[in-house]
Amino acid sequence: MVRLAVLGAGAVGRSVIDLAGEYGHSVTAVADSESAAVDPDGLDAERLLDRKASEGLVGPDDPEAALSAAYDVLVEATPTTLGDAEPGFTHAKRTLEADRHVVLANKGPVAERYGELRDLESESAGSVRFEATVGGAIPALSTLEDLGAGHVTAVRGVLNGTANFILTRMAAEGLDYEHVLAEAQDLGVAEADPSFDVNGTDAALKCVIVANVLGGRFSLADAEVSGIEGIPGSALELAAEDGRTVRLIGEATRESVRVGPRLVPENGTLAVTGTRNIVQIETTHAGRLNISGRGAGGPETASAVLADVGRLTR
Amino acid sequence: MSDADAGRGRAYTIRLELADEPGELLNALRPIAENGGNLLSIYHERGNLTPRGRIPVEVDVACAPGRFDGVVEALREAGVNVVQAGEERYGEEVAVVLVGHLIDTDLSDTLKRFEECASASVVDVSLSAPQGTDDVSSARLRLAAETERVADALATVREIASEKDLLVIEPQLDGGA
Repeated sequence: MVRLAVLGAGAVGRSVIDLAGEYGHSVTAVADSESAAVDPDGLDAERLLDRKASEGLVGPDDPEAALSAAYDVLVEATPTTLGDAEPGFTHAKRTLEADRHVVLANKGPVAERYGELRDLESESAGSVRFEATVGGAIPALSTLEDLGAGHVTAVRGVLNGTANFILTRMAAEGLDYEHVLAEAQDLGVAEADPSFDVNGTDAALKCVIVANVLGGRFSLADAEVSGIEGIPGSALELAAEDGRTVRLIGEATRESVRVGPRLVPENGTLAVTGTRNIVQIETTHAGRLNISGRGAGGPETASAVLADVGRLTR
Repeated sequence: MSDADAGRGRAYTIRLELADEPGELLNALRPIAENGGNLLSIYHERGNLTPRGRIPVEVDVACAPGRFDGVVEALREAGVNVVQAGEERYGEEVAVVLVGHLIDTDLSDTLKRFEECASASVVDVSLSAPQGTDDVSSARLRLAAETERVADALATVREIASEKDLLVIEPQLDGGA
């Protein structure tokens, strides 16, 4: 039985706690930003999640207690932060220094400090995995790993479900951006502050991570990013007259990372609809691979986290 | 190829666009002759205007294969707008959408500059300004460019658009279909 410590009790962290038992793992420590619960024999997921829902806390302890608890794999699911990527980076660092494994759902450390993280890993008996950081449930990074980064020339795709939902609705209903954004917020598809989703930052972080996996050394600052905020309904209408639509497309190679709104054929592979994501991989010997699926959501992303846990402990 | 053919060279077709002004045709033909091109025929489509109000001219030329590029280069240097040269008529047509204060930032100047620097030709323009000309509007341009110069043309579009604070929705060239 693998013992998990879960840092972060947002949608992803909570789903990992909820599903860990089904995957045969026990959760021995949980922390959110204010509190922690630790039990070397395994925490009761249901009770812990009820407490988080009713009291806003996961347990009686200080968050620090979770990091020093007994566990085999640390699941880092605190919110993504830019720049120094803290506190996620330090969480990963301390875990690797203690020769234990880290599974990241937090994009910050692998997008902003990839080289440092890999250096720490090379000194450690533990490993780092981060499937959940790109494309949610879509097995993008493990597919790259299986293909071998040297056999992949480019990766592109639709990597933000919120932006894709907005563009899909704008084109289908002839509504403008503000209107559709409000609708997306009502539906819970967009957050109260959707900036990272609509200005391209979230998709860019994912592309930076992919470019790093391909062998580049990038951070967000190296990416050329534009978002979908300024796009009026009239632009989508003009695209439609030409059999096209607009998608926020991210592209990563070893040389560059670009994210921006692009014209794509209306019924083409990249024109996935709603919150769906697609990852397209160009290979040297195997042509083009397309993998589409749910790019976000608690259980979806948790399934990617738990797949990584499985890979580390098999 | 017989020796006689080699001496005459191979036949090429060049499509030009000329302003409807005296001397323009002569101005276009001189660089051809001066660079080893032998004029076979000229089809001057008067009364038929290109989308930009120019007169399309088709010229058949014979020259040694190695000299053809020099002929085209000389035409371009003389300020002649070469739409098509030899086999390679602008191989690619791509669409871009521009968004912003297109009218306030002088759309016709924007288009002119694309033509001048983008090694591309603007085939057509559709403008949509639902809120009137003072507000944000969108335009779809179809650009024709030589296959290997599409990326350059788009880079130029990006540059000019960023200068004018316009948003560019580029075509997804790979993987879109």
